Amino acid sequence: MSPALAGVLQLTALAAALVLAYRPLGDYMAAVYGAPRHLRVEKVLYRCIGANPDAEMRWPAYLRGVLAFSAAGVLLLYLLQRVQGGLPLSLGFASISPDQAFNTAASFVTNTNWQSYSGEQAMGHVVQTAGLAVQNFVSAATGMAVAVALVRGFARSRTGELGNFWADLVRGTVRVLVPIAVLGALVLVACGAVQNFSGIHEVGQFMGGVQQTNGGAVASQEAIKELGTNGGGYFNANSAHPFENPNAFSNLFEIFLILVIPFALTRTFGKMVGNVKQGYAILATMAAVWLGFTALMMWSEFAHGGPALQAAGAAMEGKETRFGVGSSAIFSVATTLTSTGAVDAFHSSFTAFGGGLQLLGMMLGEIAPGGVGSGLYGMLVMAVIAVFLAGLMVGRTPEYLGKKIGTREIKLAACYLLITPTLVLGFTAASMVLPDALGSMLNTKALGAGPHGFSEVLYAFTSGANNNGSAFAGLNANTPWYNTTIGLAMLLGRFLPMVFVLALAGSLAEQQPVPETAGTLRTEKPLFAGLLVGTILIVTGLTYFPALALGPLAEGLS
Amino acid sequence: MTVPVKPEEPGTMASRSTLTPARAPHQDAPGGQQPGDGRVGGGLFDPGQLIRSLPDALRKLDPRVMVKSPVMFVVEVGSVLTTVFACTTPTDWFGWTIAAWLWLTVLFANLAEAVAEGRGKAQADTLRKAKTDTVARRLTDGAAERIPGTELRIGDLVVCEAGDIIPGDGDVVDGVASVDESAITGESAPVIRESGGDRCAVTGGTKVLSDRIVIKITTRPGETFIDRMINLVEGAARQKTPNEIALNILLASLTIIFLLAVVTLQPFAIYAGAEQPMIVLLALLVCLIPTTIGALLSAIGIAGMDRLVQRNVLAMSGRAVEAAGDVSTLLLDKTGTITLGNRQAAEFVPVRGTTEAEVADAAQLSSLADETPEGRSIVVLAKEKYGLRERHQGELTGAEWIPFTAQTRMSGVDIDGRKVRKGASGSVIAWVQERGGPVAEDARTLTDAISEAGGTPLLVALEDESGPRVLGVIHLKDVVKEGMRERFVELRRMGIKTVMITGDNPLTAKAIAEEAGVDDFLAEATPEDKMALIKREQAGGKLVAMTGDGTNDAPALAQADVGVAMNTGTSAAKEAGNMVDLDSNPTKLIEIVEIGKQLLITRGALTTFSIANDVAKYFAIIPAMFAVAYPGLDTLNIMRLSSPDSAILSAIIFNALVIVALVPLALKGVRYRPVSADRMLRRNLAVYGLGGLIAPFLGIKLIDLLLSLIPGIG
Repeated sequence: MSPALAGVLQLTALAAALVLAYRPLGDYMAAVYGAPRHLRVEKVLYRCIGANPDAEMRWPAYLRGVLAFSAAGVLLLYLLQRVQGGLPLSLGFASISPDQAFNTAASFVTNTNWQSYSGEQAMGHVVQTAGLAVQNFVSAATGMAVAVALVRGFARSRTGELGNFWADLVRGTVRVLVPIAVLGALVLVACGAVQNFSGIHEVGQFMGGVQQTNGGAVASQEAIKELGTNGGGYFNANSAHPFENPNAFSNLFEIFLILVIPFALTRTFGKMVGNVKQGYAILATMAAVWLGFTALMMWSEFAHGGPALQAAGAAMEGKETRFGVGSSAIFSVATTLTSTGAVDAFHSSFTAFGGGLQLLGMMLGEIAPGGVGSGLYGMLVMAVIAVFLAGLMVGRTPEYLGKKIGTREIKLAACYLLITPTLVLGFTAASMVLPDALGSMLNTKALGAGPHGFSEVLYAFTSGANNNGSAFAGLNANTPWYNTTIGLAMLLGRFLPMVFVLALAGSLAEQQPVPETAGTLRTEKPLFAGLLVGTILIVTGLTYFPALALGPLAEGLS
Repeated sequence: MTVPVKPEEPGTMASRSTLTPARAPHQDAPGGQQPGDGRVGGGLFDPGQLIRSLPDALRKLDPRVMVKSPVMFVVEVGSVLTTVFACTTPTDWFGWTIAAWLWLTVLFANLAEAVAEGRGKAQADTLRKAKTDTVARRLTDGAAERIPGTELRIGDLVVCEAGDIIPGDGDVVDGVASVDESAITGESAPVIRESGGDRCAVTGGTKVLSDRIVIKITTRPGETFIDRMINLVEGAARQKTPNEIALNILLASLTIIFLLAVVTLQPFAIYAGAEQPMIVLLALLVCLIPTTIGALLSAIGIAGMDRLVQRNVLAMSGRAVEAAGDVSTLLLDKTGTITLGNRQAAEFVPVRGTTEAEVADAAQLSSLADETPEGRSIVVLAKEKYGLRERHQGELTGAEWIPFTAQTRMSGVDIDGRKVRKGASGSVIAWVQERGGPVAEDARTLTDAISEAGGTPLLVALEDESGPRVLGVIHLKDVVKEGMRERFVELRRMGIKTVMITGDNPLTAKAIAEEAGVDDFLAEATPEDKMALIKREQAGGKLVAMTGDGTNDAPALAQADVGVAMNTGTSAAKEAGNMVDLDSNPTKLIEIVEIGKQLLITRGALTTFSIANDVAKYFAIIPAMFAVAYPGLDTLNIMRLSSPDSAILSAIIFNALVIVALVPLALKGVRYRPVSADRMLRRNLAVYGLGGLIAPFLGIKLIDLLLSLIPGIG
């Protein structure tokens, strides 16, 4: 079997598995977020945090919940790292420096999981399991809660109420993420991923020298790392490490975990707004972009342009022989089109166009299918923009799902749209003129790799501001400048959009729906899905074209 | 039309028919159906207007004016900066050329707006002529004193006689007069204005042609209808509409994104070892920001209002025009809108024992003395269908004519010992029974059947040697205007529900509703019913449009999202509505909706076009900027433009020229056809989306080819 055929077959199997899971999981999540009753364990949790899960919240209250909870998360995680040296089970690792601790705390609370440290050389069991893994669950649940609040904004009318943040947070964790993560961890353990609290082993190497390696609750963290589109690896090599991702099947299974919730949420959306076809249209948009990117990535990697790659006969540099080119291509698209950022191959070593696709995938705003929750709300904001343009062309004041897209709505959607480009382009531009920042590049102009070095920095900020967390590598990001700026990019790139999404939800929920007529733009039709794909590509393309031209395009076309 | 509370009997129609306005709507054929596309197309665009509007366009360069359009303000700032940079290197022809084209871009945008406004100005000038200073004769304690029209106050009584110009808006409180309203409506046929009822409103600036009326002034000087009209057509009262504001926000945020992309490009370029001249960056910025739509946005809005004015409709706000596009329920009065004003005889039905010809003959005879339109239609039907020549009253000697009156509700003739009568069934039955004649059993079944079918039955009776008896029934029908059914189908396709409002009983209303093809009807409608219907539709989130003219329509007109008052109507109605139709043609409501939709479509289409244009501009400018530093990027120069300078210039020139090229479209509006949203979207996306993607590739290449002919560039 040729590697290309193997890749296509793996993609087919993956798509089939996603299709099978789509309806049951989507319907289940709709039921979870609409359920009137609380589980016993949830009641205990509500009592612990002192929240009334039945109190309806307007958008400012909901937002306060999100921000307060996340701020507490950042603080806790920061402190945990700062005192690591004194904690038990720390494997003898020292406390983390302030700028890196801030960066890591911001990274995990924002669902980014950008890591400027090497897991096995810096983080002990307590920080990994009680700090990082916990945030893997709750940061994902926060994203889902915000998405659900926006969907309620569309579904409800003449009320400003968006549900209860604490209930959404707890339910998302207890009823959705934990059960699936447990199953996922079991599958990964069965595949051979490790799950223990063992200390550091020293292993003699064949070529001489000693390699240190440690165990840990790896399989469980791996499961939620993918399921919650987090991406922060237990080890520095992330999902390329055999303890995290032992074989080709576990690799495919991890891709499945990455994609399953973001795709299924479109079903949840359709269910909650009372028209599953609307969910299918969003699904179709996401799937079209995902499949298109995957096809392009496979083409780019299998064609392996460039003299060195041609000579080697495959673009295998930086890829695991366990997975091969096809599976690595699928993984890298899945991880950059969602906010995961886990990697099973070295992104910097992908072909220039492949690297460009990874960058572009994140620049789209990670909406195809995007992070858990954040993908759905990002896509819905793009739909609002598309509806505004297209809606005018059918001769009506634009409306989406019966809600008018007026001045207030477009203002909020436009603000949402402005945030990540500002962060990405602004910080990258600053890094291009600051000597300190330039010094971090492994591939500098002096070494004859100008565009690639630029791509590294652009990638770092794109990854941070979009809460992806994957790295192009080749850039030493553990400097005060990058730790601080990427940390800021992550925080602002996560929470500012949430402010506008929740305000939008509140504004929509207050509206009285407009009944659908033959003159209404049909947003459940393929034409609209196509229009949405076009809007996303053009808006992103126009924003980032100059930057992409000076990075991956300049490199790939030379 | 006012809303009759009771089913209309022929008699009441007769007394009403003398009151119908003396003039017909002057442009539309009944039903207003005109063939094919471009039904709501605007006036023609005259290129000479561009030159005439130049001074206005230059005046608009004032930054305080420009700042209202964020996109064009950025271009103006860019032009100033480019000019400054060009001054620093005065020998560089490239900088000067870019500066010149950037200024032209701003100027073209202002020109578009000035041309749109210019059309209104011409109209305003005509109106101003009507607003000559008048002398009013104010009545105080019965005596008339002459004061200047500007000193009139609300509540003053003024008297006007033949030849007088009416000094201000008001209601006739005494007398009746024919008035020439051509100053406002452009229609030369005089109209009747009289005290009481729904035709009492007079407008300042119009001229009394005959008789004497006393007018109670209802508006202050300077706030009269004609003043408001002048403000409206001049655009002085123009405010940005909600959708326009929303679109402006989107355009502003796109401008910020592009500003960001261009500002951050310089550090990237420095890193790449290809620092860019400021002029090139400014050129790139202007190319990217949505200048096409930014330049034309206000022209589109003004032209939309103007299209209404050309149809003799005055919208009191742009908001109302926009709302018209969103309307999903149309309330249409039956009489005058859906049906022709009057019922017409459709057939003669004999009772058992008589023939159709006998009925026709008797019906014709008895209707000769009936001057109502219904009576006329009976004579016409007898002539057309039964070949009965119309006999004139004079040629029948010894005949005693009984004319139609509202009291007897019968007409007829006594001739040669025969008495023939025709009229409302109750009256005729009473007449026959008075004379001891039998009423045929099937006469009742026939009248009932006609009533059920929505018609109005009239009975024909005869008294001769065989005694008095009922001969048969005349079936009077409402005649639906030609082309209405097709229009309602179109409206349904556009997603608009039509509701017919009528004072008829539900049976009659249902039959007419079915015949006309409206979606719903409101029978025996009172003003309260109408109001309740509007509120019910609005509670469901629908926008409602209606027309009205009577004072009792005023609350409903105010409640409706689009309320079109007829100019013939009362001032209360005109005050309550947000549009006034100077032609008083209720069918025009449909056109108003179409103009509203066209306005929104034009905005959307040009926005899409503008954004799609950017793709080609990137492919022209990015290789031009960076092909030196990274030769590989020359691959992106897919248009194979001749040189970097020429590429940037071509993009800028295209960007400026496309504004001028699209001015006619902005003024005329995008072609609109009533089809479903899906088809409309598909078409507009293909034309303006795909077209917007491809057109600049061709345009820029063409300009580049021309430029490369100039020595020193290519």
